[in-house]
Amino acid sequence: MREQAQDRTLIIACGALAREIGSIIGRNGLSHLSLRCLPATLHNTPEKIPEAVRDAVRAARGNYGRVVVGYADCGTGGLLDKVCVEEGVERIPGPHCYAFFSGNKAFEAAGDDDMTSFYLTDFLVRQFETLVIRTLGLDRHPELRDMYFGNYEKVVYLAQTRNAELDRAAELAAEKLGLAYERRQVGLGDLAQFVNEVN
Amino acid sequence: MADEDEDIVLSELDDAELVQQMHDDLYDGLKEEIEEAVNILLERGWAPYDILTQALVEGMRIVGIDFRDGILFVPEVLLSANAMKAGMFILRPLLVETGAPKVGKMVIGTVKGDIHDIGKNLVGMMMEGAGFEVVDLGINNPVENYLDALEEHKPEILGMSALLTTTMPYMKVVVDTLKEKGIRDDYIVMVGGAPLNEEFADAVGADAYCRDAAVTVEMAKELIARRHNQRASGG
Repeated sequence: MREQAQDRTLIIACGALAREIGSIIGRNGLSHLSLRCLPATLHNTPEKIPEAVRDAVRAARGNYGRVVVGYADCGTGGLLDKVCVEEGVERIPGPHCYAFFSGNKAFEAAGDDDMTSFYLTDFLVRQFETLVIRTLGLDRHPELRDMYFGNYEKVVYLAQTRNAELDRAAELAAEKLGLAYERRQVGLGDLAQFVNEVN
Repeated sequence: MADEDEDIVLSELDDAELVQQMHDDLYDGLKEEIEEAVNILLERGWAPYDILTQALVEGMRIVGIDFRDGILFVPEVLLSANAMKAGMFILRPLLVETGAPKVGKMVIGTVKGDIHDIGKNLVGMMMEGAGFEVVDLGINNPVENYLDALEEHKPEILGMSALLTTTMPYMKVVVDTLKEKGIRDDYIVMVGGAPLNEEFADAVGADAYCRDAAVTVEMAKELIARRHNQRASGG
């Protein structure tokens, strides 16, 4: 059993990527990969992400030959990278999921052009009410809209899939925030390559 | 806190009760009640500076503590900030007229490429409440904006804010430019924003990392005092 475990790799990922990473593993028959997700709500307190990842990495040691991290920097200001170096694990490159879904190079090249864009992904469209509206208190206090979104101009939906229901929901989200709407079909971007190359 | 307050008539409270009630109303983000209470205290002859410090700043200090302790969350803090802002709006011109004490001056702005200003605005408001003159440069500031403002306003403190991992390195661009121009040590540089940390602040060459608005105020006072002492002793 132990030898078999050593042949396996664990991806410790943000819950917001569960569906996407799971689909890459399934579609490409990457049976040597296992996935463990941490709650996506950790994004509300990014300072807690590095230690949560460290705990998960340490808990996985002995059960897997290799562990990789399915998080971008995700607002940790370099602290997640520090943990990755200390624990000897690799993470998907990029500042956040919007960047690697768009392709990190393309995202960087866009520079300040997208500065006033509020990004949604498939996951965020699905969880918009819970993670955006309720977390920001806009359901209870719509008057806070300008404080949060006054400097934004548009919602950019970075679509992983082609799904008319999600498209409509994303458009409604933009409407709810009083912002213009743009849809970009980006697919899985750099995430697919990262997962496919994990051995 | 709000339930038991429904029947309270602010004008019937004595001064101490009213100030206590203002702390509660700030906590609950009740903007109109704060405006009413500020006006009542003014009518009773309170100095604007005393209303600011004893009622508003003290109330927000309590909000800040509960935010830090995880009792209050961002939406509640923003409502409190809105209420304080409404009170400040009434007091600001009066503070100027009455020559309230000034602790120092701060130029503050969100760095280039970043449009996030909630934290910056909170810091600006709390600094103003603590007696600092605050020059707010707004969002998306290239280094030139900071340089021009430093030249024009001659503050003791430069504050920079960033919310994004991708924009926070720009703080180093600003600090390095100050160094190149030989004016870095003319200012206390304070940095803050969600993804920042102490280590980052050290790495970019800032004087202080400001975890939240309350910490910023305390650090700003301390750093200003330290600078005065150094100058006084010729150090």
